[in-house]
Order: sequence, then structure tokens, then C-alpha cells
Amino acid sequence: MSSTETTATTWHERVEFRPGSYHDSVTLLRVAQAAASTAGVSAAQVAMATELNVELTRGLGFTVPEDVTPQQLIVAIRAVDDAALTAALEAVDGALAAASAPAPGARADLDPPRTVRSAARSEPDSTIALLSVPGPQVLAEGLDAIAAGKHLMIFSDNVPVADEVLLKQRAAEAGVLVMGPDCGTAIISGVGLGFANVLGGTLVGGSVLGGSTSSGTEAAPTVGIVAASGTGAQHLSCLLDAAGVRVSHVLGLGGRDLSEAVGGASALTALQLLEDDPGTDHIVLVSKPPHPATAQKVLAAATALRTPVSTVLLGTGNPDITSAVEVLLATLGVPTPNWAEWGTDREIATDTGDLRGLFAGGTLADEAMIVAATALGGIRSNIPLRPEDALPAEALQPGRPVLTGQGHVVVDLGDDAFTLGRPHPMIDPSVRLGLIADQAADPQVRVILLDVVLGHCAEPDPAAGLVPAIRAAVSRDGVLDVVVSLCGTSSDPQDLRRQAQALVAAGARVHTSNSAAARDAATIARGGVR
Amino acid sequence: MSAADLLGTPPSVLAAGAHLLTEALQSQAVPVLDVDFRPSETSDDVAAALHTVLSDPRRSTADASALAAMMGVRALLVEVLPASEALGLQPGQFLHAGPPLQWELASGPMRGALIGAMLFEGLATDAAEAEAKLAAGEGVSFSPCHEHRTVGPMAGVVSPSMWMFRLVDATDPERVAHCSLNEGLGKVLRYGAYGPEVITRLRWMADILGPALAAAVRGTIAGGREIDITAIVGQMVQMGDEGHNRNRAGTLMFLREILPALIDSGLPTADVAKVAAFVSGNDHFALNLVMPCGKLMGDAAAGIPGSALVTAMCRNGTDFGIRVSGTGDAWFAAPANTPQGLFLAGFGPDDANPDIGDSAITETMGIGGMVMATAPAIVRLVGGAVPDALAVTRRMYEITLGENPAFAVPILEFRGAPTGIDVTRVLRTGIAPQINTGMAGRVAGTGQVGAGLVTPPMDCFEQAIVALAALVPTD
Repeated sequence: MSSTETTATTWHERVEFRPGSYHDSVTLLRVAQAAASTAGVSAAQVAMATELNVELTRGLGFTVPEDVTPQQLIVAIRAVDDAALTAALEAVDGALAAASAPAPGARADLDPPRTVRSAARSEPDSTIALLSVPGPQVLAEGLDAIAAGKHLMIFSDNVPVADEVLLKQRAAEAGVLVMGPDCGTAIISGVGLGFANVLGGTLVGGSVLGGSTSSGTEAAPTVGIVAASGTGAQHLSCLLDAAGVRVSHVLGLGGRDLSEAVGGASALTALQLLEDDPGTDHIVLVSKPPHPATAQKVLAAATALRTPVSTVLLGTGNPDITSAVEVLLATLGVPTPNWAEWGTDREIATDTGDLRGLFAGGTLADEAMIVAATALGGIRSNIPLRPEDALPAEALQPGRPVLTGQGHVVVDLGDDAFTLGRPHPMIDPSVRLGLIADQAADPQVRVILLDVVLGHCAEPDPAAGLVPAIRAAVSRDGVLDVVVSLCGTSSDPQDLRRQAQALVAAGARVHTSNSAAARDAATIARGGVR
Repeated sequence: MSAADLLGTPPSVLAAGAHLLTEALQSQAVPVLDVDFRPSETSDDVAAALHTVLSDPRRSTADASALAAMMGVRALLVEVLPASEALGLQPGQFLHAGPPLQWELASGPMRGALIGAMLFEGLATDAAEAEAKLAAGEGVSFSPCHEHRTVGPMAGVVSPSMWMFRLVDATDPERVAHCSLNEGLGKVLRYGAYGPEVITRLRWMADILGPALAAAVRGTIAGGREIDITAIVGQMVQMGDEGHNRNRAGTLMFLREILPALIDSGLPTADVAKVAAFVSGNDHFALNLVMPCGKLMGDAAAGIPGSALVTAMCRNGTDFGIRVSGTGDAWFAAPANTPQGLFLAGFGPDDANPDIGDSAITETMGIGGMVMATAPAIVRLVGGAVPDALAVTRRMYEITLGENPAFAVPILEFRGAPTGIDVTRVLRTGIAPQINTGMAGRVAGTGQVGAGLVTPPMDCFEQAIVALAALVPTD
């Protein structure tokens, strides 16, 4: 590129000859017009250096050397000052770039994009890539998204931890958030991604479930949630919703973000995003106890924010989610409602027996075990609280565990071991329906504890499938109760209240608090002894 | 690319995987674009190698450098001279298209072209003698054009007396590439024909055409005009040439560049007229200028550690071979496919030889089949309709690293040609580069039998990814 700048008069000039950049004359005419219409520009020529164009350029008073070739692009500008000159050159570059950019327009006749990269090119204004491709193939699509400046939600599980570390490293460099892998839920500006409850609806005209929220909630802070636990976040946000608290966003992290290997990379980004969000007044961080080094780093970052941060730690030794929400509500200055429950005033028979918890949500299963274990002692599980509580391998048949003779058991059917190659139990209820029948056929079983999670992506009417199974179970020879932990809102597509009524009519006891449901089930297993 | 505003703008989603998640978003009236994701169908070894290469921290920078080097080339035609001078070829030394080849495995057209070259060089008096000497390796040797800064269409056979175009890269004058002069269509050496008319034409090309073009090129340059092949390619792509199976506009533009100096060369006017008629009457004449331009581009991008950009695709009539930037000079070869397409009168699919020629350097540089959309005039020749051509080029953007603004496709709103084939994206999507090609008869001496479409065997890309993965540092 050669150029000459002269300031002989008050005019400022620039003449460039760019090789190897052929454009047709119509395109160049528009480019030249873009330059000429820049404020302060008195003359502009953008054209291939054909003999005619060279003459025209000289006619405008520019100096053109003899050795130009028609393959060179002439860019000649004259302007009142350097600023106008620069602006005109930028207009030229912008117009040239625009001339070779794909036009937005009808896509009806186009093949769909095959990779996230080309999808991002088709929809440059998109903000998030939502991946549910097989775990080993997440890396390629995820790197595409990050390179395009898109945030990521990785619904997929079975993603190698090294891939998670790499993706989050690149995301941090690019300033984007990676939610997941194994992130089942997120809510961005009211839009649910993956399994997500419809929040906020109870504030608009409807009656508030739980009944006790009062006026003054408008003044309550709006909460943004950062969650390393999917169903934990859903339960927490549904309880907050029932209490009339607005939730701005729910940002998922995936279960491994706060491990030592991943180091809370997404948690740090998520905290900063909510800090910068004018719609968030208070941040809630929900997680199982993180690795100490990671906890230190994340808590230090949280402390440094202007926005107040409440931490809800899950698992043994910590308050259950319902209690944590009550503490949080007190912090926010919002009265705690009575958490809704239905069918719990039935008398409990004095027979004792085994508790069988069949859960779709891992955090809910974990919490139910912790609550029930205080009443019942050791509870066997595929996600045991103590190693000695692990279910034996023969009980964990692929697809459908065999629990007969295992005593008190809580299984997480959403665990990777069960979902490899099949849909999540929140989507496909068949495994659990079979398991309910199995437990009802087991005379040792006294109570079945289930979670039912509502919201986007969950089954359209979970009660419809459960009602016959519950009815058959409770009417077997020998007493048996079914307790349901129901996580949802009245604005969910399935409608919390309608689901509760159908389940109660079938004979179930229904709680919106998971810990209350677990306590209820443990009491029943002990023949009504609390 | 700057980060999208996640919380401050209404979500707009790109979704890959389970359609259920898309439906849940659509039910919330959220804009969603579904990716047509298809899990790649490769062996575990290849999948593991792909994963290693994708994780290579050098990759994006290496690919960007390779792509920039490829697109940064400005190819100038600087000389026309005999192969003996240009390449130092000695009598009995031959170059051929494609990856390395042994005579025993050579196809009919490759054997035919080598026989013809023996006859042309006077190393044998008839075909039988030529074939016997070639089979015995008696005083003859051959090696790939690509290993001698050269490319050759179809059989690509170069012998010392053939005249060559020499191109240099204006951005790195140390970089040169060569290609023989195009003979035209039908019964020609590069398609494996070696009859008297073939040899007679080659003699005229060596005696008259070569020296005349040399004089014209010299005269043009002496007159202060560069012969910028990159610029010609950019224009021909806007004039309906895809640069592989259609080179009509490029040929006429080249002639326009050199005609004044050719006329002014002092050569007998009868020769000048014959040269002008030969060049303008051969719609593929400029192919042999486009190809070395591509060779310069491929070579410029070669040898960048960690880059999965394809720097050469070529065929010897038996095998298809590719080279990849990060693996330098290594060849990854597999049996070539046979093109599908239209046949000249009297020929059918059984007459076609497997894919042959270095001309897939045009696709390597981002044109040819990659910009099928720009050449609607020939889509029927290669068995398609105009919408198919548009779809092909759009599909090629899935497997390339970038878009070359110097080669803009008008029908796609002047989008740059899909450039820099990425081995990782070929394997991720299962989309093979689209190659437009001529078809040679499988029997030596036949010549051209048709033209059509072909793709490289996926095996080449699978071998390449395994080799790339082996070079990824494991610290």
C-alpha cells in the first residue's frame, strides 16, 4: 500500500493504491459515495485504476503515478482536516467490508446450519448457544460459540472435565459465560432455558400460593440466582416466587464448576454479570459445599461486589433449602409464607416400614436423604451420604434399579449412570412408573417419596401418568403412603395447583417444600412417630 | 468477536441437540435457530484425534496465520520458459500429478501421458518401447509436481522440453510456482492421449507458443504492467468462471493483458495470429494460470504447526492425496473416487478413470467447486441446477476457515469465496470439499471422456487428523 499525504493548501489529501482487491464498479460507486458524503470531504474517488479512472482521478486534482495497474484499487480523498480524512477512510473500509458481507434476508431456501459457527453467522444478534449434543462432541460446538462471542448453556452431561476446563478458560478470555456442562436450568430475563419454572406470574393478578404474601413486595429486592445445582435452583426459585420475591435471572453453573479442577470459573463470571445487571439487587449463590480453595476464591469475589450476596450451601450440616429460603426472606425483609401442602391432614397409620425415595432431581434426592436420615438412620442410595450407604452393584441394574431388601433407599434417577443413552426422568417417566409398581409390590415398603418438578421441558402433565400408579400403590394389600415433593409455580404450563389436586385425589400427600415432604415420609416410615 | 450482552437483551438462542429444548423456547416466543447437528460418524481413534486437535491451544492462532498467509498471496506471472530451465529437469525426468506413484499402480491415463512425454522427448520411437522403458525404470524417473513447486492438470506430466508459466508471490518473491501450458480439450496428453496429433501439438507449443508467450510476457512487464493473476482470478470469479471447469473469462482477460506485447513482439504475424487463436480458442487456457496461483496460496499456508488447514488436494489417477499445514510435506492418500457427471458422445461411466490431476488446487484455494454458485453456466455440465450450485457453495462455508474478499461471489451478495479447508470441520460435519473436474478415459490413449463432480475420500482427512494429533504437544 502506497500513500501520499499533502498539506500544500488548507486541504488534507490521501491517495492510496491497494493491490489485489477487485470490486465491481457499482459496488465501488457506492463506496465512493459513502466517502464523499462524509462531513468535511470535498472530493472522493474509489475505483479500480483503469485508464479512464486514472484520468478521472487526475481530473479531480489528485496525483496518480504512471506505474499504477488496473488491478489496483484507487482510494483518493480530499478533506478539510485530518479528522474528516480519517472518517472518510473509515467509511471506505466499512463500505468495502459491507460489500462482501452476507446480506440479511430470506433464509427459507437455505439449508440449516450444520455447526454453531455457521448458525452464529446466520444470527449474529443471538446471545446464547444451547447445547444438548453428545458429551464428547460438546467441545467443538462450544468452542464455536465462544469464538463467536456467544454465551453457552451446556445441557449435555458426560462432558470430559478437561473439556469443561478448556471451554471455561476460553470463555473467560472471551468474556462469555458457560453454564454447565450438565446445566439443566437457567432463566434469562424471564426466558426459561432447559428445565425452568415460570416465575413472577403470581404477582400479576393471580392469588399467591401460600397466601401470606402481603403488600410491600414491590419494594423487596429483585434476586439473581447463581446455582451449581439444577433442581436446587428450581426449588429455591419456586419458594421465592411463592413468597412473592421477583427473580431477575437464574444462571446455572453445572455441578462441577466449584470443584478444584474447574475452580469456579463460571461462578466468577456469573457473579460479575449479575453485579453489572441493573435489574438485580441481591445475589443468591446456591451450591453444594465447594472445594475449599474454590470456595475461598468465589467468596472473595462475592465479597468484593457492591451487590449483596447470600450464600445457600446444600448438603449435610447445612440448613435445608426451605430453611435457607426463610433466612433469605428475612434478610430481604419479606415475610415467610406458609408453604403450600395438600392432603397432609390424613391420619397416618401406625405400621412401620421402609422408605423408598424415587427422585428425578439430584439435589432434591440429596436433601430428602439428609432430612430422612436424621429420623431413620442410614439410607441407601446411588448417591449415598456416606460410602457405606452405597447401593450394591446388583441393585443398580442398568435402566431400572432393583431395591427389594435394601431397606430405606433414595435413588437419583437423573444420575449420569441412569441417563447415559436415555432421556432424563423429568422428560421420560417410564422408569419411575415401573419403580413405583415395584415398590408397591414389596411388602417391606411403607412409604414412597417422589419429586415432581414442573416447568418448561418437563412432562406436559406428570400427574396424568402418576395418578394410576399412585392409586394402585395406595390401594394395595397392606398400608402404603405416597408423598410427593412438588416443585413448581402456578404459572408453569402444568399448573402447580391442578397437579397437586390430581395427585391428592389419587391418594398422595403433596408438599411444595421438599424438606417438609421428606420429613413427612420419614414420619410415616416410623408409623407416625415424629 | 465481542461478547454478546446476555442479561441486557432479550435472549436469542442457537440450539444444537435435543429438539425438545427448542420447542420449549419457541413456546415462550423466543427466537431460536436450530443447528442441524449430526454426530460425526468416525472411528474412536479418529474421534480421539479430532478431540486432541480441537483442544490444541495453538490451533486458532495457527489456523488464522495459515489462512492469512493463503489469502495474502498476490500471484504475478513473471516468465514463460522450458521446464529444463525452470525446474532443472533432465532428459528422462518427469513430473506427474497427485501424490507419489509407482508405475505398477499407475492408471491408464497416467501411463498414456508418460508414454506421450517419452515420445515427445524422443526417448522412445513408439508406445510399446516407451512403456517398456517406463516399466523397467530404464533411464527414467518421475515424482510429484507438488514436490517441485509445480502443479499439472489431469495427468500433470511435465517433461524437460515443455514450456512452463512461472508465477511469483509479490508478497514473498522467494515463493514461485509453475504450470505447463494448456493443450485444449479432447485428445490431449494430460488426458492420457499420445497419438501423433498430440505429439505434433506439443511440438508446436514448445517451438512457437512457448517462446511467443515468453516474449509477450516479457514485453508486457517491460512496458510497466504487472500480470496479476490473483486479480484476474478475482475478476473471473465475478464473471461466471469457477476457475476449474470454466476458465473462459479468465482466458480472455489473460489474452487482453498480453496481446499488445504479443503483437509488438516482432514475431511473424502468422505465428502471432496462431498463438492468439490458440489461446482464445481454448476455454481452459487460464486454468494453467489459476492452478499455480493456487499452488502459491497453498505453499504460503504450509508448515504452520498446529494448523489443520488443507494446503494441497491432488490425484494421480490412482490415489487422492492431501497435505495439511501443520504436517508440512506429509501426504495423506487413499484410493481416489470416480467422478459422476456428463460424458462426451460415445463414452459412459464405465469408460471413466478414477479422479486425476493437481487441478483440485483450485478447490484448495477456495474456488472451483467451492464457488460453484458463481458459475451457473456450467452447473448442468456437472449434473445440477442453479439452486444446487448455490447450496453447494453455501455448504462449503461449513468446512472452511474463512472467506476471501479478493474472490467475491456476486450471487451470494459478494460473499468471499469459502477458503481454507479445515480438516477438523470436514470430519465434524462429514461434508467433503466439492471438486469440479474433467474425466479421463481409463484406457491409456483415450483422452477426455467427460466432466463432472467428485469428492475426496474421507480417509485422507482421517489420516491427517491422526497425524496432526500426534504432533500436539502433551505438556
